[in-house]
Amino acid sequence: MELIRPGTQIEFMKLKNIAFGISITLVVLSLISIFLLRGINYGIDFEGGTEVQVSFSDPIKTEDIRGALNPIGLSQARIQSVSTVEGQEFLIRTPMMNESTQDLTMKVEGALNDTFGKDKVEIRRVEMVGSEVSKDLKEKGFLSLFYAGICILIYIWWRFELKFSLGAIIALIHDVIITVGLFSLAGKEISLPVVAALLTIVGYSLNDTIVVFDRIRENLKKASGSFDFSSLLDNSISQTLSRTILTSFTTFIVVLCLYVLGGSVIHNFAFAMMVGIVVGTYSSIFIASPILLLMNRGK
Amino acid sequence: MNIFKFKGLIILLVIVVGLLFATPTFFGKKDVPDGWIGPKQKIKLGLDLQGGMHLVLKVVTDKAVESRMTSITSDLKGQMMNARIHYKSITSASPDLLHVELRTPDDYDKLDKLVLDSYPYLKEVSSSTSEGVTTVTYQMSDEEAASIKDQAVAQALETIRNRIDQYGVSEPSIIPQGKDRIVLQLPGITDAERAKKLIGRTAILEFKLVDEQHSLEDALKGDVPAGSYVAYLKDGKQPILLKQRAVMTGALLDDARVKIKSTYNEPYVAISFNQEGARIFERVTSENVGNRLAILLDGRVSSAPVIREAIAGGDAIIEGRFTLEEASDLAIILRAGSLPAPVDILEERTVGPSLGQDSINKGFISIMIGGLLVIVFMVVYYKFSGVLADLALVCNIVLILGALSLFHAVLTLPGIAGIVLTIGMAVDANVIVYERIKEEIRLGRTAKMAIEAGYKNALSTILDANITTLIAAVVLFQFGTGPVRGFAVTLSIGILSSLFTVLFLCRWIMDWLVNYKKVERISI
Repeated sequence: MELIRPGTQIEFMKLKNIAFGISITLVVLSLISIFLLRGINYGIDFEGGTEVQVSFSDPIKTEDIRGALNPIGLSQARIQSVSTVEGQEFLIRTPMMNESTQDLTMKVEGALNDTFGKDKVEIRRVEMVGSEVSKDLKEKGFLSLFYAGICILIYIWWRFELKFSLGAIIALIHDVIITVGLFSLAGKEISLPVVAALLTIVGYSLNDTIVVFDRIRENLKKASGSFDFSSLLDNSISQTLSRTILTSFTTFIVVLCLYVLGGSVIHNFAFAMMVGIVVGTYSSIFIASPILLLMNRGK
Repeated sequence: MNIFKFKGLIILLVIVVGLLFATPTFFGKKDVPDGWIGPKQKIKLGLDLQGGMHLVLKVVTDKAVESRMTSITSDLKGQMMNARIHYKSITSASPDLLHVELRTPDDYDKLDKLVLDSYPYLKEVSSSTSEGVTTVTYQMSDEEAASIKDQAVAQALETIRNRIDQYGVSEPSIIPQGKDRIVLQLPGITDAERAKKLIGRTAILEFKLVDEQHSLEDALKGDVPAGSYVAYLKDGKQPILLKQRAVMTGALLDDARVKIKSTYNEPYVAISFNQEGARIFERVTSENVGNRLAILLDGRVSSAPVIREAIAGGDAIIEGRFTLEEASDLAIILRAGSLPAPVDILEERTVGPSLGQDSINKGFISIMIGGLLVIVFMVVYYKFSGVLADLALVCNIVLILGALSLFHAVLTLPGIAGIVLTIGMAVDANVIVYERIKEEIRLGRTAKMAIEAGYKNALSTILDANITTLIAAVVLFQFGTGPVRGFAVTLSIGILSSLFTVLFLCRWIMDWLVNYKKVERISI
């Protein structure tokens, strides 16, 4: 079976201006959303606070929970449905308070029991992260992205040339910004697993980029005399295109499975991965390689 | 035996070892059958999968320095009296500062010598004289303060470990983190409140005499005699006048057990002192027959019985209307010793067992469905070679599970996600090779040459691509905590094992097909 007919040469470089346009728009929109409009919705890992996960045996509306929590002074609590079956499982999150986790949990459980009936409510998970720890985790989260970026930059620099390295890193930053931007726009929580997903995206997107770069390097070695760099890039991308699509496809399938079947705890992680795979595949074709072309022209 | 066969044997061996280590895990909660010859350990599940409690505590080490300063203060008072140095006051305003006010400036030299001899770690930071009173301020040296803090953390760690051991948690993990933190992982703990009380209680046991010479009524009106103070019994209503000085502390305790009073069926804690404690206890009780002796836990009076006679032998009881659970926890705490300083809870995560089981089930389904889809897809797309890739995939999962069990790594929910992800990405290396082989075949090469060239050309690409992901995984492992670390672990193992299955296992089978089976055309 052939996905891309052998010998096909798609002129990707002709599309680069359109791609740049799209990417710049997306990145700018993401940045606007992150810094000006909606901000980043940090999970309790990074912001501190208390989170209680409850499940109900019967479907329930978010407003009903809010109604139950109002009398115990939790009108400010953020209530979020997290199950794939609508209305069965919720996260109740409050900022840090001066009472112990235990008192809070018991108050919530009591209020929900009174409203919805005993035996219908189950407290499944309670997490409290103090401000000292959340500050730590945030710092570590950012540092890990930073160090991963630096290490990878050095590795590619060593294996390829500097311009390859720059192309790959720009594509990476592009992927991460757009993924985070989408989280910001959708109001989804950035938690520890999501940062793990971002790091994986960094690794994964690079994977794609490197396969293309490797081919470019190989074709450069073969090329003799005068040649058109732009069509060499087109050629390299086309030659690796079926692999790029196949791998992205299989990875996407499994992450989709995780998103649909994996349960509430892993939901945002899977979402980040899905976005990352799509954006990462796109960027390795339309961003990383065209940047090589731009830098080559600069010479 | 030629090299080719030898390679095959090694590959087989690796897979068999992986399978041996992975197998026990497939039995789930059931025991491994007796006839099983391989290793019996199963993959350890993280707290997010098996349910339990994760706690990060901070030892308030400043308090340890403060209480040392308090004991230095009272110690110094005695020493100065012995040395006939007349002081107006000795106070410690902040944890590491000590102010001494002298009535006569001439005593300064004597004080200086005394401090230098007995408390070399106290450094004078200032001294001044006004209106005949000399004020000298000492500061505890940084090294001494640091060593007190380190000791406090070490002792807290030891105490908490003791308490948890005695409470009976299977496979707890209690490790220090940073300067003053302790991270606890308590699998299977469902009663978070009880656990936190057990761990977090300072549990300082003190015995104080009740001040019977002065009137409690006067004290309540505000006329508290020097050296005494008003405390309240456990119910918080009944006031009692206590001497400030503790005649004994829990440090002299030898054992503590729960007993039940036969008459009222009421639980209490029976304690026994060590030799020194028994001696002091006998002296105190014999000197104070008829008086009351208050027993305080963390500053709260739990009871104040009348001393009827001198008590020899060092046995005493603590009552206080406990429930059985409270009494047995108190006994544990007293046996394990007190915390040198209070602890704050910085982070607390409790996962109920039902959510954990849910996560395992959902993770398992995701792996099965995701794996199945990829397997079907590979066969449809690559036909026979796809079957080969699928074989590699299955071996891959077996190897990951085997490695997790072998290295005693912890499997978490993000860890399962890492396995799912590996399924998607593991076929990548095969895809890269297969696409290369296809290209070579198109160029008119024979199967044998195409395979040779395909692997050769794909090698550096595969390595580069996987090493970068591995870098990300290693960084994640360094910075990640808890469940996320589990993800880094499975992802790293997954990358390595997929390299193994593709570059060695699949390669070997391909070579075997063309070299030994003389296959001319490969179905790819």
